Amino acid sequence: MAKLDTPALEQSFLNNHGKNPIRAWLFSTDHKRIGILYLLSIGFFFLVGGLLGGLMRIELIAPGETIMDPQTYNGVFTVHGLIMIFLVVIPGLSAVFGNFFLPILIGARDVAFPKLNLLSWWLYIFGAILAISSQFLGSGAPDTGWTFYAPYSTETGSNVVLAVFSAFVLGFSSILTGLNFIVTVHRMRAPGMTWFKMPLFPWSLYATAWIQVLATPIVGVTFLMIVAERLFQIGFFDPSLGGDPLLYQHLFWIYSHPAVYIMILPAMGVVTEIIPTFAKKHIFGYKAIALSSLAIAAVGYFVWGHHMYTAGMSGTARWFFSFLTFIVAVPSAIKVFNWVATMHKGSITVRTPFLYTLAFIFLFMIGGLTGLWLGALATNVHLHDTAFVVAHFHYIIFGGMGFAFFAGLHYWYPKMFGKMYDEKLANVAFVIIFIGFNLLYFPLFIIGMQGMPRRYADYLPEYTGGHFWSTMGAIVLITGALLMIYNLIIRTRKKGTPAEMNPWGGKSLEWTLESPPKEHNFDEIPTITENPYNY
Amino acid sequence: MDDKNKKHITSYQTYGIVLVGLLILTFISVGVTWIELGPLTVTVALLVASVKVFIVLTYFMHLKYDSLFIKLMVAGIFILFAVIIVITFLDYWFR
Ligand SMILES: [Cu+2]
Repeated sequence: MAKLDTPALEQSFLNNHGKNPIRAWLFSTDHKRIGILYLLSIGFFFLVGGLLGGLMRIELIAPGETIMDPQTYNGVFTVHGLIMIFLVVIPGLSAVFGNFFLPILIGARDVAFPKLNLLSWWLYIFGAILAISSQFLGSGAPDTGWTFYAPYSTETGSNVVLAVFSAFVLGFSSILTGLNFIVTVHRMRAPGMTWFKMPLFPWSLYATAWIQVLATPIVGVTFLMIVAERLFQIGFFDPSLGGDPLLYQHLFWIYSHPAVYIMILPAMGVVTEIIPTFAKKHIFGYKAIALSSLAIAAVGYFVWGHHMYTAGMSGTARWFFSFLTFIVAVPSAIKVFNWVATMHKGSITVRTPFLYTLAFIFLFMIGGLTGLWLGALATNVHLHDTAFVVAHFHYIIFGGMGFAFFAGLHYWYPKMFGKMYDEKLANVAFVIIFIGFNLLYFPLFIIGMQGMPRRYADYLPEYTGGHFWSTMGAIVLITGALLMIYNLIIRTRKKGTPAEMNPWGGKSLEWTLESPPKEHNFDEIPTITENPYNY
Repeated sequence: MDDKNKKHITSYQTYGIVLVGLLILTFISVGVTWIELGPLTVTVALLVASVKVFIVLTYFMHLKYDSLFIKLMVAGIFILFAVIIVITFLDYWFR
């Protein structure tokens, strides 16, 4: 935490008022403190997950066994997925920036249910402890991949039960956050803030919250079904018990495809806040962006089968899912066109958050368009379960959600902590991260198309070049990420300058507050008369 | 919301009747497993469960006394659920 060495910091929510700091943080119901608790815990697990990813890359630097045997490798990619998906990217933007900024952006003093909000974080921590202990307790680390596909997950000797139970608990954390945000958006908007005067980040959080509430229970029940099958031999999925393994894939992806939108929708929302601020221009197509969030949330429910083209699904289901997958690309493209149109003829100042935003658009486009290759039935047969999928997925989730997270972090950091970071160093870190990211994941597209399967600890010599460069990229990326963290935590603590109220010249409500905000945000709840993007 | 200040207090008697109704339905769904109905067993179980869901939503979850807006939201969720089932069966029916 920042030192309270300026008057602004002393009057802010960061002041513990002489209370025991641990108690004052861990049991705070202030949405801003909970947002920072999530930021620290998610940041920690991001480093753990990243370290595991780095270990996998080192194993793959050359053919043959390098640092771990295949069974360990299976465990490592499983826990990498488990941590990154359930502990980092699903809570990600909505738990950190949603908690901190949703109430502020709609002119409220807190979320609708502050205690429930704290409970969400505690459930998250409890689930995280279960997830980590599943690696060490019982009969060995789970080796199923984060997808826990049946019937393997119902048969493997590894500790699947604890791992799926941790995901079950984490699901509750996600549901409660979603519920909280839905009620907050419906009931807590400042007077005069109609739906179409609400900023677009809250819009995206609202759409996301509906997915969290409606889709998460499905995967929760599915995981319980695995537990029931493993412990009581109830035949849901195992054909030898009268079950159907494809049923598992249906149930799993009914949640896990919409879950991708839980990750990416708030990212799109953050980017939509940042672009008008740095282009000094009204957002282009406000209503189209707001409604496309809802459209993505709605259509996103009906495309899950594109993960199952080669699994033996009926032909009818296959063309149906492929068709809808192409449809769901439309609202995403609407957003991209609107962002670009907002920048068109704007007076752009290129600052660190804007650089991350540009990178987001570029990487998200690569991720999105390669998604169409995978969504088409014929090309999918060739690309299914290859490194191409791994590359596509990381371009969407890391290049998209991750870069938007970094953009939001650099955009709101002065507001959250009341200190300005070293922008030059932040830009250097950005360049290193951007180069490292592309060097890490782009070769995977190529060797994937050449036939390199995903989730393999070893490979034929012809893939050596691609794997080598990919591992080099991982080293560059990790260097850049560490530099970014050093800049934001250590350097800013020592040398950061006090942040102004409105360092970027933004128009939305958070910039009318002190940096950092006071405990209950607003002395007086503002009355809203105009759209948030009037530049 | 316009009905913010309207309070409705359900009597213990109503809750009691609902509870007994739910228990009876539970006995029915357990009971039918002793009768040989073939594939109809599942149908009966699902029908009984649907009736129970309806009762719980109406009384315990207070939907009967809520605004039309909330009712429509719940209806939307049931429609979503139905669409997901239909799409899943695009696989099973045409395999
Ligand atoms: Cu998908």
